[in-house]
Amino acid sequence: MNVLSGSWTEVLYLVAAVCFILALKGLSGPKTARRGNLIGAGGAVVALLVTFLAFDLDHIPLILLAIVVGSALAVPAARKVQMTQMPQLVALFNGVGGGAAAVVAILELAAIGAGGDATSDRGNLAAVAFTVLVGSISFSGSCVTFAKLQELMTTRPVVIPGAAPLLVGGLVFSVGIAVWLFAVGQLWLGLLLLVLGLAVGVMVVLPVGGADVPIVISLLNAFTGLTVAAGGFVLHNTLLLVAGTLVGASGTILTREMAAAMGRSVGGVMFGALRGGSTAGSTAISDRPVKSVTPDDVAILLGYARKVIVVPGYGLAVAQAQHTIRELAEQLEAKGIEVAYGIHPVAGRMPGHMNVLLAEANVPYEALKEMDEINPEFKTADVVLVVGANDVVNPAAKTTPSAPIYGMPILEVSDAQQVIFLKRSMRPGFAGIENELLYDPKTSLLFGDAKDSLTKVLGAVKAL
Amino acid sequence: MSGVALLAIFVLAVFVGFEVVSKVSSTLHTPLMSGANAIHGIILVGAVIVAGEAENGLELAVGLFATVLATVNLVGGFVVTDRMLEMFKGRRPAAGDPKGGAR
Repeated sequence: MNVLSGSWTEVLYLVAAVCFILALKGLSGPKTARRGNLIGAGGAVVALLVTFLAFDLDHIPLILLAIVVGSALAVPAARKVQMTQMPQLVALFNGVGGGAAAVVAILELAAIGAGGDATSDRGNLAAVAFTVLVGSISFSGSCVTFAKLQELMTTRPVVIPGAAPLLVGGLVFSVGIAVWLFAVGQLWLGLLLLVLGLAVGVMVVLPVGGADVPIVISLLNAFTGLTVAAGGFVLHNTLLLVAGTLVGASGTILTREMAAAMGRSVGGVMFGALRGGSTAGSTAISDRPVKSVTPDDVAILLGYARKVIVVPGYGLAVAQAQHTIRELAEQLEAKGIEVAYGIHPVAGRMPGHMNVLLAEANVPYEALKEMDEINPEFKTADVVLVVGANDVVNPAAKTTPSAPIYGMPILEVSDAQQVIFLKRSMRPGFAGIENELLYDPKTSLLFGDAKDSLTKVLGAVKAL
Repeated sequence: MSGVALLAIFVLAVFVGFEVVSKVSSTLHTPLMSGANAIHGIILVGAVIVAGEAENGLELAVGLFATVLATVNLVGGFVVTDRMLEMFKGRRPAAGDPKGGAR
């Protein structure tokens, strides 16, 4: 439409950029988070309106139709998704963003080529090469994380023979093509780079184990941010540049914080399995004896306790047992038993994920205690009920330097009088290491689906 | 705008990005990641521009494809983040807020 002058466009883009900064700032605090997100959405609306008013665009009805189609795909998915499946949805959204950036850069490359001498603007070509390569890595990498989290494929690290040299070779070749693209600015090189990026993205994510996937999502999120920033260079658009850079920088910090909370290094997560070790633990099932109990035994242990601490893990979430555990806790409280929840920072599939899941089930906020707060309380607890968690209570994190989770802070459940594990099987957790606590004399195991087991325990507690 | 000016903006934005999210409670890592994810959906602006400046049918089709992808990222990202944060509402009851305390 071209009704806004260049200066007004820049000023309004600046307003949108400030909205994004305020959004990130708001999202960093519990009280301001929701408002922060809305401010970000407001900034996006301003930016989009400005774009329609400021540029001389053709095909506006078709573009609006594309936006309607995109919204029609995204909104129902975002509204209906189970909270347990939310990490993979975020991964998918991240991937399509990276893909969009790569496609935009390819189109701009075509436009530069059509406009005459493609090599007249070197900075532009460098940004195009970066956007295409990193954007396509982010797209295919996110698709693989989606497949892993959705359990369309194994969550264990996939290491094909010769993966390491293949990945290094793929990366070196891709960078070589990127440099060539930078030198000559040919469209076909851009397309080749797109394909190579897709392949590299798959190769990078395949060897990462299930427990580490959140860190990878966060890293790919930062990558997409940088891709969008490079897209800003390509289009000489300051808003894309600022917004993308903000996400790239904050995403990098967030990735490091997440990795630290899990006692991992980002490098170890990405390349650990390729170096042989780290994420690839043993799958061997030990045949040492364990104390297996029935739901009635569990109900008796719980019913005659004074203080019970529940440690929920991802197993609780996948079994959709968060409502059942709340009912059980309410039953126990009705008997005068004190119930608290010990939430490990990385319980669930992502840091903070378990808080979201339990909040959804209306578990009162005061009952949710973070690790530092709950750890001294285990000494005074009669029973700890570990539901579908394993790695976050594994003493190997403190005692076994060779364990992949060594150094990760854990919930000190072994301080309690009795520990009950609700588990599907003796299979080790995501980290793939054995948990010595399972063989401890004070530990009882109730095997089965978490929801199923909890329902039976609930019935037995009611009958006490 | 010159490449050098863009570079200056980039460098300054890196520092703002580092500064703005330091020391976040792990409870908020997931919503923060999701919110940041939504923000980079602003590539939609870029997709709209290239689609609107398309010279032929193929470019237009590809540009519209990018527009759909970017919209999914932007709109879906903000909606899912809001839904996550909605779960937290009222769970830190403010003093004198009976509705908040009820949960």
